[in-house]
Amino acid sequence: MPSTQPALSFRETTKRFGEVVAVNRISLDIEADSFVALVGESGSGKSTLLKTINRLVEPDEGSVLLEGEDVREADPPMLRRRIGYVFQGVGLFPHMNVGENIGIGPRLAGSKLSASRIGELLDGVELDASYAGRMPDELSGGQRQRIGVARALAGNPHILLMDEPFGALDPVTRDALGGRVRKLHDTLGLTTVMVTHDMAEALLLADRVLVMSEGRIEADCTPHELLDGAGGLIAQKLVAVPRDQAAALAELAQ
Amino acid sequence: MSEIFGALIGLGDKLAEHVLLAAAAIALGILIALPLAVWAGRSQTVSRSVLTFASLVQTIPALALLALFFPILLSLRAVFGAGLPTLGFLPALLALALYALLPILRNAVTAREHMAPGVLEAADGVGMTGWQKLRLVEAPLAAPYIMAGIRTAAVWTIGAATLSTTIGQPSLGDPIFAGLQTQNWALVLAGCIASAGLAIVVDTLLGMVESGFAKRRKWMVWAGIAAALAGVAGSAWSLREESGGDTIVIGAKSFSEQYILAQLVGRQLEDAGFRVEYRDGLGSAVVHNAVTTSEIDISFDYTGTIWTNQLGRTDNPGRGEIFRTIADWEQESTGTLVLGRLGFENAYALAMQQQRAAQLGIRTIEDLARAAPSLTIGADVEFFERPEWIAVRDAYDLRFADQRNFTSTFMYDALTGGEADVISAYTSDGRIAADRLVIVEDSKGAFPSYDALVLVSPDAAQNPDLLAALKPLVSAIDVDAMRRANFAVDRLENKKSPREAAEQLAQEIGL
Repeated sequence: MPSTQPALSFRETTKRFGEVVAVNRISLDIEADSFVALVGESGSGKSTLLKTINRLVEPDEGSVLLEGEDVREADPPMLRRRIGYVFQGVGLFPHMNVGENIGIGPRLAGSKLSASRIGELLDGVELDASYAGRMPDELSGGQRQRIGVARALAGNPHILLMDEPFGALDPVTRDALGGRVRKLHDTLGLTTVMVTHDMAEALLLADRVLVMSEGRIEADCTPHELLDGAGGLIAQKLVAVPRDQAAALAELAQ
Repeated sequence: MSEIFGALIGLGDKLAEHVLLAAAAIALGILIALPLAVWAGRSQTVSRSVLTFASLVQTIPALALLALFFPILLSLRAVFGAGLPTLGFLPALLALALYALLPILRNAVTAREHMAPGVLEAADGVGMTGWQKLRLVEAPLAAPYIMAGIRTAAVWTIGAATLSTTIGQPSLGDPIFAGLQTQNWALVLAGCIASAGLAIVVDTLLGMVESGFAKRRKWMVWAGIAAALAGVAGSAWSLREESGGDTIVIGAKSFSEQYILAQLVGRQLEDAGFRVEYRDGLGSAVVHNAVTTSEIDISFDYTGTIWTNQLGRTDNPGRGEIFRTIADWEQESTGTLVLGRLGFENAYALAMQQQRAAQLGIRTIEDLARAAPSLTIGADVEFFERPEWIAVRDAYDLRFADQRNFTSTFMYDALTGGEADVISAYTSDGRIAADRLVIVEDSKGAFPSYDALVLVSPDAAQNPDLLAALKPLVSAIDVDAMRRANFAVDRLENKKSPREAAEQLAQEIGL
């Protein structure tokens, strides 16, 4: 049953850094339960747009609505506890073990996660419950980002924001974790917005792909539409990269 | 060795004072530095200006910083009233705390740069408030770095605290300064060993706290802190006020004669039932201010010094007239009592080796003025700034080839060692006779007279018992007796301590 109101809405959202307009009057709605990829080259404004949702960036003009409510009306820490956030740097707290890292959001709000809930969250990112007692510096990069995802989901958010979440991972780990996150998205009924510069990743994981360039949305299509050639020049240039690679690989295999 | 050991044994009180002063200064430094560091972490401008200020403070020599707090506090009395102490613990505390700021601040600020990338973004991302971010992330991650800064600050502070002797705060600097003045090397070494030992112990304890933070072992943190606090508490306990009796504080400038006079008076007062404390090694200007503001109770000064430095006079109306004028002036300006003259004069005079003077044909300063362009004059550290020297220099048109500063003790060695041809000697100094020196005659009377005086602070002057106990000292010491006592302390063999010399002097003058 489709929700009557969008999970997220941008209304003329604009952000400038000095002379540069990073986000230029963007208006769009994101439906609940959808998995949206924001794709673009470096400097296209995609991360900035993402961060206006949890107010790590404050727009200069326009507004952002979260489930109908203007995010400016919420206290930023309170707002952020309701939103899962995963980013390339991961940012596990090095002085806390894995369990404490995962439980930090609920702890901030004054409750403590049970060991079984931590185990459940670890299981969700395909890690054994015994990882709870480990320190971050004992983990590989992929394991750290899995913990980062578990931490983002600990507070039962409706919304999951991901900023180049798999950018620093090796291709195998990247593929596995991407698939895992898509499953979590489906089973938990999340609304997910993922920023990436990798069109292949966007096409494979998302329901809807937004292509950004110079602060504007250049294309807003499903993966299927993009593969059919829609979305215009900039979008097609990005789609061409994985398509050509795939073709070249297929040729090699013959 | 046994001398050094003996001296170390006697340093208990100084060590306790030193511990308390250093601990208070470090604590105050931390108290100021940490909020500043938090602020600096949130603003580049604050960060830059705070670090610049702290670095600037660091470029001021510790000795000067300590001395500067005397006039600063003196001027602050206009705001806080006359009860504000200008000597002793307070200025030492403030100067040392300022000194401790830089390492703590710098480490706290750079700690943020050492934080793993993304950690601060994650702290915001998971929804920490500013306070939660500080408490849960920034503070624990910065703790090892801040602790390293506190360690550095502690070692610096313990070292610099030895200099607080010069502003009247007892510390492990007391034996160092007293030993340097009287060439008692055992005492100097004992002070250095105690101070260095303290620094090593504190550094070890704080090092334990630091690695406790770094390795996240709470017991190490608590054990280190507990041991350090136990040391501070033990020091405070050992210095707890003994009840009964007034405590009279006797000040002394930093040369042997003053140490001996302080001990002589101290002995006299102890016999009369007073408790006595000593503030040795004070600067000449500090001493006068200290006694006129009742920071100390008794000091010894010289008419010529007060005449030129305090009254700003350059004329010479004669010994008796100078004395009377000074006594009246002290009484009127601050209520300080000039109890009387001790009976000897310790004048500045220019002295040379007998042989050298004869060789150059110098008998008077006029003779000296002719030879001066090829000679070097050595003097104590304040002499060339003093109005007496300027008066004499101008009266005789003295132009020396070179001017050199020495501590008063090394000045005599400089003369015998040939580093100086003429020195600014003191006429009551035993080394004039012992080193076969000749005083160059001041035929124009350009140097004023320097009768030794006992000054009693305005507060202490209200104490008739004290004045009665001091009275027998007036006019009791002739210059020969004083010279012998000075020489007993200053000579290199068979040295006496100021206390022993004071006892011998007391016997000689029949006290």
